[in-house]
Amino acid sequence: MSHPIEVHYLRWIVLLPLLGAAVNGLLGVLIQRRFGKRAISFVACAPVVIAFLLAVTAFSRLVSLEPEHRFLLDRVSQWIHVGHLNVDIAFWVDPLSAVMILVVTGIGGLIHFYSVGYMADEEGYWRYFAYLNLFTAAMLTLVLGDSLLLLFVGWEGVGLCSYALIGFWYGEWKNASAGSKAFIVNRVGDFGFVLGMFALFWVLDKTGQGTLVVRELAERAHLLDGQHVWGWPAATFITLMMFVGATGKSAQIPLYVWLPDAMAGPTPVSALIHAATMVTAGVYMIARLNFLFDRAPETLHVIAAIRVATAFVAATIGVAQNDIKKVLAYSTVSQLGFMFVAMGVGAYEAGVFHLFTHAFFKACLFLGSGSVIHAMHHEQDMRRMGGLRRYMPRTYATFLIATLAIAGLPPFAGFFSKDEILWKAFSSPHGSTIVWLVGTVTAGITAFYMFRQVFMVFFGDFRGADHAHGAHEPDADHGHGHGAHPLPHESPSIMTLPLVVLAAGAILVGFLNVPTALGGSHVFETWLEPVMEHAGIQARHGLEHVHDPTEYVLMLLSVLVALGGIGAAWLMYAAKTVDPAIFSDAWGGVPYRLVYNKYWVDEIYEATVVRGVILLSRGLAAFDRVVVDGLVNAVGTIARLASAANGLFDKYVIDGLVNLIGAVMLWLGNRARQVQTGHIYSYLYVIVIGFVVVMFARLM
Amino acid sequence: MTIGLHHYLVVSLIVFCCGLFTVLTRRNAIGILMGVELILNSANINYIAFSRFGSGSYDGQVFAIFVIMLAAAEATIGLAIVLGIYRTFDTIDVEATDTLRG
Repeated sequence: MSHPIEVHYLRWIVLLPLLGAAVNGLLGVLIQRRFGKRAISFVACAPVVIAFLLAVTAFSRLVSLEPEHRFLLDRVSQWIHVGHLNVDIAFWVDPLSAVMILVVTGIGGLIHFYSVGYMADEEGYWRYFAYLNLFTAAMLTLVLGDSLLLLFVGWEGVGLCSYALIGFWYGEWKNASAGSKAFIVNRVGDFGFVLGMFALFWVLDKTGQGTLVVRELAERAHLLDGQHVWGWPAATFITLMMFVGATGKSAQIPLYVWLPDAMAGPTPVSALIHAATMVTAGVYMIARLNFLFDRAPETLHVIAAIRVATAFVAATIGVAQNDIKKVLAYSTVSQLGFMFVAMGVGAYEAGVFHLFTHAFFKACLFLGSGSVIHAMHHEQDMRRMGGLRRYMPRTYATFLIATLAIAGLPPFAGFFSKDEILWKAFSSPHGSTIVWLVGTVTAGITAFYMFRQVFMVFFGDFRGADHAHGAHEPDADHGHGHGAHPLPHESPSIMTLPLVVLAAGAILVGFLNVPTALGGSHVFETWLEPVMEHAGIQARHGLEHVHDPTEYVLMLLSVLVALGGIGAAWLMYAAKTVDPAIFSDAWGGVPYRLVYNKYWVDEIYEATVVRGVILLSRGLAAFDRVVVDGLVNAVGTIARLASAANGLFDKYVIDGLVNLIGAVMLWLGNRARQVQTGHIYSYLYVIVIGFVVVMFARLM
Repeated sequence: MTIGLHHYLVVSLIVFCCGLFTVLTRRNAIGILMGVELILNSANINYIAFSRFGSGSYDGQVFAIFVIMLAAAEATIGLAIVLGIYRTFDTIDVEATDTLRG
């Protein structure tokens, strides 16, 4: 990469939302009381809008430059200069991060506006927007940071805000524990990230070229060849560790368990964090470090295999869920799996493109579901919905468009991005037919369960009036009463307008990356090319002018599979000709229960990891209590005994001696006293006897 | 029989022993004083005997007169003490004067 152009406005893209968070966080209570929720909304939305405008400015600046020079850098300040490690706070924009900041600020801005409507009755309004802004700032730091360390700061920041926002309604223990679960599981992944980062710096430092700044890493990546970390090839170890980090952040097997529980948070949060931004951080990170991953083909194979399995498993779980948000949560896990599959086969641009399109239609789906939930007074069980297209036409239309996109039907966006991934999985040197096959089947299942959702929610008769005193639904997030629901109505414009914008996006953005096989020019992938140019082996997209006819066949196949899924859903849930019970009761109902209970993964974790950690902590606590405290108490007891012995010694021996001397004196005195008889004649006797003795002595 | 020196010495010894016995066994204070006088007189007899038969000089006889004078003075003081004893104890029985016993 050549020399970057220095600018000074990139920092504001991060700082403005941060400022909004600070004002709303510290002064929010006062502002809300004095000026009302309007002021809070303004303080929260304005920075994001301005950040979006700045992002557009940066983007257009990049467009005006030559592809090899598309690179803006904003150095903010010095940070860490210790030994060989030199990291400054600096933000940079290249084609990849330009795409990301447009997504974060653009879609984030729409979600901010949507939240104004959705959270309007919320007392903690200011707290919500403070966290939302803080999240935006952290995500932008992640994307704009020019070094892995700054990226990690943003990485941790989004994890923290995710915890805060999922557990927003912390009064209920379920929500708070979902937030904790998200954070803790993320942390496990972050451990991998940190190890990878350390290993990377350490290995490079051995050759004297240690750095964590991404563009320098790109240039020095070749120094990793032949190096080893703990017996593993350096590139493989580092990329595997980074992959673990991505697994946690992007909710993939085995660290995905937090994402379905995260639906306990407000729906706009699910849209922003768990559809468009935070969960895509893992994908972004791998795309950013594509030059490292290309040096570790084993890691790429692992990624592709685990991710396609994740996509498949998550899709199967999604088929059986009845909570409208849980379906979307599992579909997010599944679609993220697709993105990572793209990375795993070396098609980084395709993965990022799917990230881009997915942000639009998934955010639209989540916000649409939020609109439904809002209208249903926080009812989330799809079995109690139905026929809503009559009452909520705009929500229905946008939801339908987004579902068509995710199912992968042309000309919607999802078709172009998903199909690109499947094609690359089939044809790239890193890909494999099995991956393609599982991916295509998963795409079919995706179409099925997404349209199952559409038919259950929007078609048929409204079932909300039937369940007057139904059984308690554990997935309802606010525990509202389950009496008969009044007929739902369309949501206010401030909520439906973002839906319209996002749906338009879901239709249009697909055309940014039309493959040359269909006459397009792969604009998006061409745009990202300079970022990937350091990647050694990559799946070169169709610059060939001779098109492999297989590509057309596969394209047709994926459309047919999608239509098949939609058709099956139609038969089961709209036309009601096929009874879904046939499938749920098949084979003794075991497969259905397996899938409905999400393969009991949470329960397995509970029994093994959680139980294990608790036992360990109890064991250590017991050790502390018995052994350590025992030792301390023993020392104390010994001291006490010693002092008692000392006391006895003092009392009997020393005092005894002193008393003995006194007694001896007394006895002597008593004896001596007896000389004084007081009788004169005894004195005279003594005189005489003494005289005689003296006389005799003299005579001797 | 010629009376030689040793006769006088024996007499003086007998007087001395009587005097010593009196001093040691009398309960009466004045009795004790009498005993002391006897002892002194026995010493006098010794002096004079030695003066007549021993050295031939008259030193002994002169010294005997000093002794008599001394005995008189000593008797005076002794009687004064006995008077004091009588005043204190209402008796001159020396058995009663044992208040200085230890």
